[in-house]
Amino acid sequence: MATQKLDFKGMSCPMPIMKTAIALKKAASGDVFEVVCDDAGFEPDVAAWCKETGNILNSVSKAGKDITAVITKK
Amino acid sequence: MENQELANTVQELQNRVDKLEAKNSRLTIVLFSGEFDKVMAAFIIANGALAMGKEVTMFVTFWGLDALKKPTMGTAGKNILEKMVTIMRPKGPAKLPTSKMNFGGIGPKLFHYMMGKKNVESLSSLIEMAREFGLRIVACQMSMDVMGIKQEDLIDGVEFGGVALMLGESYASNTTLFV
Repeated sequence: MATQKLDFKGMSCPMPIMKTAIALKKAASGDVFEVVCDDAGFEPDVAAWCKETGNILNSVSKAGKDITAVITKK
Repeated sequence: MENQELANTVQELQNRVDKLEAKNSRLTIVLFSGEFDKVMAAFIIANGALAMGKEVTMFVTFWGLDALKKPTMGTAGKNILEKMVTIMRPKGPAKLPTSKMNFGGIGPKLFHYMMGKKNVESLSSLIEMAREFGLRIVACQMSMDVMGIKQEDLIDGVEFGGVALMLGESYASNTTLFV
């Protein structure tokens, strides 16, 4: 399955994490998501969220204000 | 016989491990405060925990009850003191004061404006979202009785209980927050 892109730019805490959780809840195990967000708190938040939920955080990259996290659903 | 005893011991240990692990999946929040900023913090934490797949119970007592009131809450059937408390307290998340810089009610308007500019979700929609995610809200019956708040004065879908229920939830959680 192709990587699904989620754009949560302009949102503030806790919305990017909530929206990520909702999207991954509906997905199947092994599905990959590329989440883009420009909230500076998203980088540590998505790491903590993945650690706690057991989903795999493949990478986090920054380009300007945009933070892109690639997550595989467990 | 020895094998049976060993199996029983393993089973008992398994049950205890399950119980400990279940604690890690639960959060209890006691919402005592009725100020906009504190209620906001409580619901942001609740939403975050729900997004992490936790079961969250929010026990709402005293001033926190203001956040659960229907804006249409009336004074019918209440005694004079209960009527006074009903009139003087804010009704619902849109009417709460801030704990600092309230400026007689101008403060909350200022914060709503500033939060809107930063795309922060409103308190009402945070409450709505948490409930869609399965937040369990329990209102404190005793403080409702003290202030003459009836069950129908609060938003629908709220449960009612006392300190034992709250403590039971807290003992079954590994984190309890008092806001």
